[in-house]
Amino acid sequence: MINWTAIYVMWLREMKRYMRAKSRVFGSLAMPLFFMAFLGLGFNRMPVPGISEDVNYIRFLVPGILGMTLLFSSTMQGLSVLWDKEFGFLKEIMVAPVSRVSLVLGRIAGGITTALIQGMLILLLSLLMGFRIAGVGQFLLALVFMLLIGFTFIGLGLIFASKMKDMQGFSIVMNFIVFPLFFLSGALYPLGNLPVFVRVLSYADPLTFGIDGLRGALIDVSSLPIALDLAIMVGFSLIMVFLGAYFFEKTESA
Amino acid sequence: MDAIRVDNLTKRFDGLTAVDNVSFSVGEGELFGLLGPNGAGKTTTINMLSTLLKPTSGDAAVAGFSVTKDRDDVRKSIGIVFQEPALDSKLTGRENLEFHAMMYGIDKAERRRRIAEVLELVELSEKSRVLVENYSGGMKRRLEIARGLIQRPKVLFLDEPTLGLDAQTRRNIWDYIEKLNGEARVTIILTTHYMEEADFLCERIAIMDNGRFVALDTPPRLKDLLGGDVVCLEVEGDPGPLIDGFKSLDWIKGCSRHEETLNLTMEKGERRIPELITVAQRYGVSVACVQLRKPSLEDVFLHFTGRTIRDREAGTVERNRTMMFPHGRR
Repeated sequence: MINWTAIYVMWLREMKRYMRAKSRVFGSLAMPLFFMAFLGLGFNRMPVPGISEDVNYIRFLVPGILGMTLLFSSTMQGLSVLWDKEFGFLKEIMVAPVSRVSLVLGRIAGGITTALIQGMLILLLSLLMGFRIAGVGQFLLALVFMLLIGFTFIGLGLIFASKMKDMQGFSIVMNFIVFPLFFLSGALYPLGNLPVFVRVLSYADPLTFGIDGLRGALIDVSSLPIALDLAIMVGFSLIMVFLGAYFFEKTESA
Repeated sequence: MDAIRVDNLTKRFDGLTAVDNVSFSVGEGELFGLLGPNGAGKTTTINMLSTLLKPTSGDAAVAGFSVTKDRDDVRKSIGIVFQEPALDSKLTGRENLEFHAMMYGIDKAERRRRIAEVLELVELSEKSRVLVENYSGGMKRRLEIARGLIQRPKVLFLDEPTLGLDAQTRRNIWDYIEKLNGEARVTIILTTHYMEEADFLCERIAIMDNGRFVALDTPPRLKDLLGGDVVCLEVEGDPGPLIDGFKSLDWIKGCSRHEETLNLTMEKGERRIPELITVAQRYGVSVACVQLRKPSLEDVFLHFTGRTIRDREAGTVERNRTMMFPHGRR
């Protein structure tokens, strides 16, 4: 059932494409970098309600922007099925004598690798801007959350890509799903500042728990216990990956 | 064993019957053509035979495996070249082949050998390290044909292999197809809406229209159904008695006069020409010029559907375009 070569081939293809698309690498880093730089610099001197005095805004913001980077690149990775549909390559994959499960796993492997590279690059840039991580343990815990966020949103992208026929749906997903998920997640400000009815939506957003977990790991500030964040994210990522794989398996490619 | 057996295959897309109860079989090593206008159901048929689409009803066996029950076995036995390019343009030609070969579980040494072999066949060895996005249309097509051959398929599907290519490239692709079928004895099913392509390449042709087969036979026999060839004789002298003489011969099915030219209908016209000239001389008429016109598949299509393939396409192209690309892409 599981064909390791097929998984490797799909992963390798993604790596080659990623390494060749230099503009894509830099382009997708630009927005989080600008958010981090300009929001960070703009608000750093201001006290933000809900953030304690000893945490300056840049420290609060970095895990949020890290979550955002993962949200965008993972969803895009999931949606890359649409590109393959558009350019016909999906048919070539679909007639190959390998199980669809292997194809999905290969895609997820490729997607999570590129998403992690993007996240690491952002983390590296934040270090250059003065951000500090307490230790290796904290870093590894953050890495776990990065993986879980990645899996969750690759799954989400796969679900949408399997349901859509062409690229038209892409901007709809980006504007009406991904951006609201980002703004609701508390990446930019503490959720306590939101009115209650909006906060309810925030707690339906997986990224909320992902970013809360990243904050707990990286700056030791989190609104929920970190174990709870972890448990919820494991749940979300399992469900999303399962649904993504399920819907991809169901797609008719011709 | 037949390479392909199709039993009452039907595919309906909400309301539209794309393929309507089609049955046929293709022998091993045969080069079989599906001819018809765009929207006739050729690609849908191919997609069902290659397991990309599930039939609404009916079944087919490809290389002995059912396309509804043994999909993985079918996939292992076939190669396919799609109508629209299905290459990863961000990879090189060689990488496209490499990835394909890996998907089919071919080990490294064998992979290298076969890739070199198919690249040689389609004359792309020199360009194998160039990104596919820099390939011309003809090069992409050749690369796809090469890719379809790597796993040494028992049956190769070619969906409109020369669509949109220039005359020179088309000719070359025809040569590759003949070579494959001739030397490697690969069973080939190709779809086309080019009459001359079907005529030139295929041993047998099924003419498709509106999801149904309207005729299936060898190209010569399809054309013979029309009553044979037309021989035009340009004569000097009074042809009156000669016309009566021709009409008395039972192998001449029709004779009409247009100024100095006589149009005669008969089977195997090329074998009758010497005899025609002898008869004319007997009546004291000399022949200045002879022309033999073979009926084309275009005439056959017209005969079976009442329209030329171009009429059909003029009527369906707009509908297809809005169906296939509802948001006007490309």
